[in-house]
Amino acid sequence: MRALRLAVLSAGALLVLFPFVFMISTSLKPQSEVFSAGLQLVPANWAALENYTKAFTRIPMLRVLGNGVLVCGLIVVFQIVFALPAAYAMAKLRFRGREALFALVLLGLLVPIHAISIPLYAAARWSGLLNTLAVLIVPFTLSVFAIFLFRQYVKAIPDDLILAARSDGLSEGAIVWRLLLPNAWPAASAFAVFSVVAHWNDLYWPLIAISKTHLATPPLGLLFFRSAEVGDDYGALMAATVVITAPLVLFFLFAQRLFIDGMTMTGLKG
Amino acid sequence: MTTPALELRGIGKSFGKTRVLEGVELAAAQGEFVALVGPSGCGKSTLLRIAAGLETPDEGSVHLADTDVTAMRAADRDVAMVFQSYALYPHLTARQNMALPLFMRRLSTAERLPLAGLLPGVRARMAAIGAEVATAAEVLRITPLLDRKPAQMSGGQRQRVALGRALVRHPRAFLMDEPLSNLDAALRVHMRGEIVELHRRAGVVTLYVTHDQEEALGMADRIAVMLGGRILQCDAPGVVYRDPAHIDVASFIGSPRINILEAIAGGGLARVGGIALAELPGVADGVAVRLGIRPEDLRLHDHAGAGRLAAQVVRREYLGAEVHAHLRLAVDGTALVARLSPAANEALGAGALFVSADPAHILTFNAEGHRLRLPVHRPEPALVR
Repeated sequence: MRALRLAVLSAGALLVLFPFVFMISTSLKPQSEVFSAGLQLVPANWAALENYTKAFTRIPMLRVLGNGVLVCGLIVVFQIVFALPAAYAMAKLRFRGREALFALVLLGLLVPIHAISIPLYAAARWSGLLNTLAVLIVPFTLSVFAIFLFRQYVKAIPDDLILAARSDGLSEGAIVWRLLLPNAWPAASAFAVFSVVAHWNDLYWPLIAISKTHLATPPLGLLFFRSAEVGDDYGALMAATVVITAPLVLFFLFAQRLFIDGMTMTGLKG
Repeated sequence: MTTPALELRGIGKSFGKTRVLEGVELAAAQGEFVALVGPSGCGKSTLLRIAAGLETPDEGSVHLADTDVTAMRAADRDVAMVFQSYALYPHLTARQNMALPLFMRRLSTAERLPLAGLLPGVRARMAAIGAEVATAAEVLRITPLLDRKPAQMSGGQRQRVALGRALVRHPRAFLMDEPLSNLDAALRVHMRGEIVELHRRAGVVTLYVTHDQEEALGMADRIAVMLGGRILQCDAPGVVYRDPAHIDVASFIGSPRINILEAIAGGGLARVGGIALAELPGVADGVAVRLGIRPEDLRLHDHAGAGRLAAQVVRREYLGAEVHAHLRLAVDGTALVARLSPAANEALGAGALFVSADPAHILTFNAEGHRLRLPVHRPEPALVR
């Protein structure tokens, strides 16, 4: 039984990992070997240095990676800063229209970015934000998914805890940042993983809003890299792909524990 | 009369269409321990939250000494609340839990920033807070727990830390919402004494909500009995027990419950099945009244006599120091409980017996449940509605 389970999981893992292995393998090969017949994972002639040098020099790769870190980091910070107070209000405060507001949040979950990209583009153009890093951040600062996720989490926090905080002299703001944030940390870090992965990999919106190489995020940088310089130099292209994928893999390995904690999180015990 | 330390005037509150509090008046003096007792759903917790500023009353006002605090936020009222669920901050250690209310009060927002502790003035105040926490921890004997988080403590330990968090602030009032209900029986009894001791030491007015009438009787200077959103009576434990103003108060306070007998007025006497038990001057013949007799006031006899009612023993409950005899009245089948000493129980025959009570110990109530007082009784105690 255990062996069967292991076999099935291994097969699945191989299937998922194979493209990555192929990507790394190709990034090490010279142009001549890429199209050779037969599946040869270890190159006969190594072209790693050449390919990776191209990846870092043909476009400002470090700048592009830096853009990705900056954009993803600021997005996730703003998302939490905006969503947690909203989630608190919707979970614990009584006010007229709370249910209607929450219905709007749920409705917001159903609207994909593609549906509103033209109005967003128009707004960005009108405000002069096109071709700035700001345009990559601002539209994503308010995440209805984060509000939804945090609301579920805040709802599980006992009311007494919030009442105790109020009588201990905490303002509503202090309740959010001193009480809810530390206790919603598993949810916040799980959300951060989702958010960073989504925005690091996003090509759609940067492609619309950015046309300058030095402002590109990693996937857009890859696109510039392909069209501008290397054409069908797949070795170099795969090297560039490895370079932009690696930070995400490292981030996941680092945050894996948090990610799993966040996914399996249960109610808070007082 | 001096101004009460805590006063609730004409408090009314509804949740939607449900009326939970109706014209509640309560005044407590400095250093007084007042228990709010009543069955669940009687509005006692809501009243406490209104006093704390965690709920807003629809009508009425809340006063701390001579300040009207009705419109003041809970954070500014300087009253400390203790919860049944302890409500400790799970991410903070016991020490941090106790220090947080002091930090919030004594340091400005800027001074609470992480690096502000490097400023000399702030550092001195933080050290003072640390010392006060240590002192409070010593009083509660929780010093060894100070660096643990709530999850690493037992229920009793958590409740001590929660008490410490209230104590360390030197608040103007303690408000406790069933603080002992989550503890096991032995610990609960022990903690009663500790809370009374802490209250005495702090000398601050305390409102203590409980559904456990024994807790209220044993701890409080005065008991406010709440039912259906009103305070039916607020008096010293002895008065509430011996001299209840309402049949519901008489029924709620005391275990086993007071015996209630249906009686009819006749010739100035209350009669059960024709037998006169208590005086009832000024009540017209034929009016239904109710008589309350505490289990310890029932006398059992093995032969008939004046003022004795025939009864059957249903079962006996042996409790060590006392025996509860469960009886059924022959005349109308009313169930009664008599509290007997084991010796009296031994002397009792197995068959039919007769019950009576000293008329002075029989409480008379009208059909609405209000107490009917004989003119010879002591003057009516000041009732708080």
